[in-house]
This record gives sequence, C-alpha cells and structure tokens, in this order.
Amino acid sequence: MSTDQVRVVVTGLGATTPLGGDVASTWSALLAGRSGVRDLTTDWVDSVPVKFAAVAAVDPTEVLPRPEARRLDRAEQFALVAAREAWKDSGIEKVDPERLGVVVGSGIGGITTILAAYDTFKERGWQRLSPYTVPMLMPNGAAGWIGIEVGARAGVHATVSACATGAESIGYAIEMIRSGRADVVVAGGTEAAIHPLNIGSFSAMRAMSLRNDEPERASRPWDKNRDGFVLGEGSGIVVLESEEHARARGAHVYAVAAGVGYSADAHHIAQPEPTGAGVMLAMRRALQDARLAPEDIRHVNAHATSTPAGDVVETIAIKEVVGGHPLVTSTKSMTGHLLGGAGGIESVFTVLALQERVVPATINVDDLDDGVEVDIVRRDPRELPGGRIAAINNSFGFGGHDVAVAFTSV
Amino acid sequence: MAQMTEQEILAGIGKIVNEITGVPASEVTPEKNFVDDLDIDSLSMVEIAVAAQDEFGVEIPDDQLKHLKTVKDVINFIQS
Repeated sequence: MSTDQVRVVVTGLGATTPLGGDVASTWSALLAGRSGVRDLTTDWVDSVPVKFAAVAAVDPTEVLPRPEARRLDRAEQFALVAAREAWKDSGIEKVDPERLGVVVGSGIGGITTILAAYDTFKERGWQRLSPYTVPMLMPNGAAGWIGIEVGARAGVHATVSACATGAESIGYAIEMIRSGRADVVVAGGTEAAIHPLNIGSFSAMRAMSLRNDEPERASRPWDKNRDGFVLGEGSGIVVLESEEHARARGAHVYAVAAGVGYSADAHHIAQPEPTGAGVMLAMRRALQDARLAPEDIRHVNAHATSTPAGDVVETIAIKEVVGGHPLVTSTKSMTGHLLGGAGGIESVFTVLALQERVVPATINVDDLDDGVEVDIVRRDPRELPGGRIAAINNSFGFGGHDVAVAFTSV
Repeated sequence: MAQMTEQEILAGIGKIVNEITGVPASEVTPEKNFVDDLDIDSLSMVEIAVAAQDEFGVEIPDDQLKHLKTVKDVINFIQS
C-alpha cells in the first residue's frame, strides 16, 4: 500500500430512524436513552408471535411528495429522505458528475413491494401492476434513485450482505475514492422490512425477541435476559469525500473514514462463529487499513443485536483485538435492528460520537451477561477524551459477513 | 353511463395526472402534449391510462395508447 494514500473524510450525514426523522432528532433521542420500539397496531399482528417493532418515527410518505412516494418502495423512500439530508448537510453545490458515485444497499430490497404486487397480480391481473413494480422491488433501486437525484455518473452500486450491508457500502465507497474512481460518494444502507412475512420468517429462526409485554425493554444487548433482536426500519447515509476535494471547497469535516476491514466466517449461514475469529479478522484488517494501533480505538459501536448467540462473542473479539479500554455501546437497544440500514445509521452515530466526544448508553442492560469483559456504556452517556481518537463500527450479516469500519476524529 | 362533457373528462384527467405525476391539474389543458409539455414518461403514461380506465370505464388498449399524444386525444378517445 502506498504511503500517500488518498484520505477520505465524512462531510455529510443523513438519517431517518425509529427515533427521529433526521440526524439531530435521532441523536438527541439516543443521548436521552429513549427507545424507538413500540406496539404494532397493524391488522396482521395477530398472525405473528412478535407484536412490536421499531417503526420509523416519521413516515416517509409524510415527507415526500405523493407522486414521488407512490413510485418508490418504502426502503427507497427512507434512503432518499436520508440521502437528501446528507447531501444538503455536505453543502456540496457543484461536483463533476463523473467524479460522483453512490453506494447504497439494502439487506432484503423491496420486499413489501414484491408481496403487495403479487397480491395485486393474483387478484386483479398483470394489467393492474404498477409499471414501477420492478424498480421498486430491485435491491439496487435506492442507489439508482439517489444517483439520479444527485447526478452521479462515476458509478452507482448496491452491495448486499444482509445486516452488514450498510457498513459494507461505506467500505466500498471509501475504496472507490481511494482508487481514484470518484471524489465524492454518497453511501449507506436502508431497510423497510416490517411485514408479517419477515417477522414470521425471523420468528421461524427463533431470532426475534418475544417480550410482547415490554416492547421498549425488548432490545437489550448483553443483558442476561435478552431473547432476540427487535426489527427496525429506516436509513442512514453519509457523504464521503476525498480530503483534498473537501478542503478545496472549505467543507465541514465530521471525521476521517480511515479504513475498512472485511472478513467472512465460513461457518454457518445464519449463526455467528463461536470463537469470534471472523470478527477479529475484520477488526484487525480495519486497524491495518486505517493504520491505527489498538490503543487508538476509544469507542466501538457494536453490532450486538440482543440475540443470545452473538452479543458476547463480539465483545470477546473486541477485547482480543483492541483491548478492554474502548467505550462500547449498542445503539440497537434504542433503534432496534435496521438490518441493511444498521451499518448506515451506526456509522452516522460513530462519526457523531467522535465529533461530539460522547458515547450514547446501551439501554436495558439490567444484568450484564457473564463473559463481557469490555467497557459497556450503560445508563448514561459517557464522554470520550479529546485529541485524536478513533472508533470502529462493527456490522455482521447472515451469510457470515463481518465488516468493521474505522473512523478517526479531526 | 350518461355521456360526460369535455369539461368533466378534462377535470377527471387533470385529477389523475396530478395524482400520478404531481403536475398541477390546472396545467392539464386540452392542447398539452403529455411528453413534450407535461414531461410525463412512458411508465407514467401507463399508470395514467390504467387510472383513466377505472375513472371513465373505457378500455385503452396499448396500441391505442401510443397514439394518445395530447390531453385532447384522450378526451376524444373517451368520448368516442
């Protein structure tokens, strides 16, 4: 690797989440320790064992003009809302379209469109299908729409790696800028999967929390009594830019997107590898790629989804690779698990933690599980030190994908 | 169904076009060309045609749809 590698910086943030319709409202809710999980009131709730989810705080159809919303899948709606916020936040007024890219993925794609369209097809025939059905259901649809919106011609990509999608997209975007293919890339993840088929399918895996009597207490990473993840929805998007490009236009720089590490478990299609070897490899590679030492890492936004199998082994990997000193949190305790959107919003949170020097607490950790030997931030947010510090956002996905993205403060 | 007046059909088309594309109904006047004047793409034209079939109870076959260039063409088709 050359020593004069292009540095990539974060210059724009956007999010729409179960905690708020934008970055500011989401971040203040995280610091307040608020849960975005609520009872489902839909007519299909009786057909599934889980009666709650982390529904988006602001319905995207309230924000988008109706003609636009009707040709977008909900996952695309979230992504477009978040991308517009991030793009505006970046302050970019003009960029060479051939130097502008997009990398935005979704874990599942337009599944609510697929299922609703199939009902229409069966009941009323093909003539009644929206001519936008295909662009609504394809998993690269969000990336395509954002590319049209900002005029990106350097390349529009959609990585798909289940719950690692958002982080992998950001990693791919870092590499796109470093390799010289683009100066600016809009990157992140989105998901809209709160549908009885998904809840039923995840329930068939016994992966979801069944704490129906206490929805707000259901997402409890590292707590002894955790019983599964809580499904969330929304999108998190960042604008990444070569440092040179950002400095030349006097942009506000949130953080440096310092590096990314990928690995795969090669173990089981859905269960985490029990020694954490894959997670360790991804984190080590992120450190290497970002040229950081373990002691530089002062914060980890963990993947920890509140499932019995995965949470503790991740902390073992964190301790092994970077040590017991970083402040570790799982914001999924409040947002629920956004699947392909998780790495997007959690990268936004990691960047904000570095800028604001504060780590949101993991809520609902009443009784810390055995074997957790890292510093979990509980009850109240905790301050990060000044000076140049680094943080990692971990994201893992079914299929055995492990991704760690490293950011450093400016 | 009683024969609709041109004005009634125009109002119906204006409502459909607005719903699907966001173009204000007031801009949907008989002489307007869907593609050149109202900036409506072929996918949206399909949606408009399906909605018009529901609204006016008139089947618009695909081979006819491509000849309906202006708002007036659609009004004439529905009245015929």
